[in-house]
Amino acid sequence: MTVRRHLALFVTAAVLAAVPFTATAHRQWIVPSATVLSGDDPWVSFDAAVSNELFYADHNPLKLDNLSVELPDGTYAAPENIATGKYRSVFDLHLTQPGTYKVFTAGDNAMASYELNGEKKRWRGKKDEIGTAIPEGATNVELSEGQNRLEVFVTRGAPTDTVFKPIGLGLELVPVTHPNDLFVGEAASFKLLLDGQPAKGVEVTYIPGNARYRNGTGEAKVTTGDDGSFQITFPEAGMFWVNATQQDLPSQIEGAKRRVGYTTVLEVLNP
Amino acid sequence: MRIAVPALALLSAVPASAAGVTVSVEIPKLDVAEYHKPYLAIWIEKSDQSVAANLAVWYGTKLKENEGEKWLKDLRQWWRRAGRDLKMPIDGVSGPTRAPGTETVTATPTLEPGSYSLVVEAARESGGREVVKVPFTWPAEAATSASGAGTSELGAIKLDIQP
Repeated sequence: MTVRRHLALFVTAAVLAAVPFTATAHRQWIVPSATVLSGDDPWVSFDAAVSNELFYADHNPLKLDNLSVELPDGTYAAPENIATGKYRSVFDLHLTQPGTYKVFTAGDNAMASYELNGEKKRWRGKKDEIGTAIPEGATNVELSEGQNRLEVFVTRGAPTDTVFKPIGLGLELVPVTHPNDLFVGEAASFKLLLDGQPAKGVEVTYIPGNARYRNGTGEAKVTTGDDGSFQITFPEAGMFWVNATQQDLPSQIEGAKRRVGYTTVLEVLNP
Repeated sequence: MRIAVPALALLSAVPASAAGVTVSVEIPKLDVAEYHKPYLAIWIEKSDQSVAANLAVWYGTKLKENEGEKWLKDLRQWWRRAGRDLKMPIDGVSGPTRAPGTETVTATPTLEPGSYSLVVEAARESGGREVVKVPFTWPAEAATSASGAGTSELGAIKLDIQP
């Protein structure tokens, strides 16, 4: 194992912690009760889950261990009234200041599978722990790492853009059109970044909610340009699940594969 | 009194008589089980849909703790184009909701010559929402009228322009 000597290369952002990385077709989401708010004292209630159908809590609640909120003034806060049920987690956010908030979970993990004494083992943890995670004598060692981000935006009053600053790790979305100013029939522009650089040629999938009440998936795809930009003209009003995933990227951990994912939920209004 | 000089200069730049608009809006009487008077906004938009003038915003001004402002975003277009950038209440523009009937609003907006639309938007608690636009050209050579009508939350809209 030559993992250990590579670990010094990593810079782990303080806001990142271990979020389980969902490698299945299950879709993770956070859905706000409203994204455009007025008044001096609004609250937003959120549902958060990992489900098959959008947006029905039909599989697992979203784990909220790493849930954080970036406020318009750049400070961070924790949501209130957090509860996790069988299928769904819920929490509230009190919008105490005007502007745009980012509610997010971001994970930066390493994973390993191996066999020891004929038994299959799995390990998941932080990247800088992977050097000590594999015991002596392990065989069929497979290493991977991943960065996964799930975030949604809500705005009280006029939209602001202070929470759009990328941290430069994994896939991130930089809105050109404000994500709380989306209307049917208008082209909305976004930019996708990988490790802070334009993510070119990446497929972005968007799917409307209310899946139960139609036959087709409603799924559509768009591919990012050389500058990482892409446009979506939303065909209808409602909540849309937007996701980009890249697999089998080179990793700084020797012999490991890297997977990155980005998910947001956007509300589109009728003009 | 240094300040008095520019202040006087500014005042003298305002025309002695400004052209004006009179808007009449019919709020229909609806036969529904639970009726609440609609939130309603009247404004003038430029051809790029940006706001040239706010004429009226009627909402729940009498609710305690500014509760009425919580629902202003339901005037979706007005909120997007104007409301979210404004601090309520707006002197001479905002006021309490109105009962069914015909309401009249007059204003002397300061507009560059060009094409505009009068926009009326209504949103009702436990009810619907409707937007009606009435295009017009500014300034008018002579007294001019234009009209529009809603089909659900709004009735007849009439715009009279005085040159």
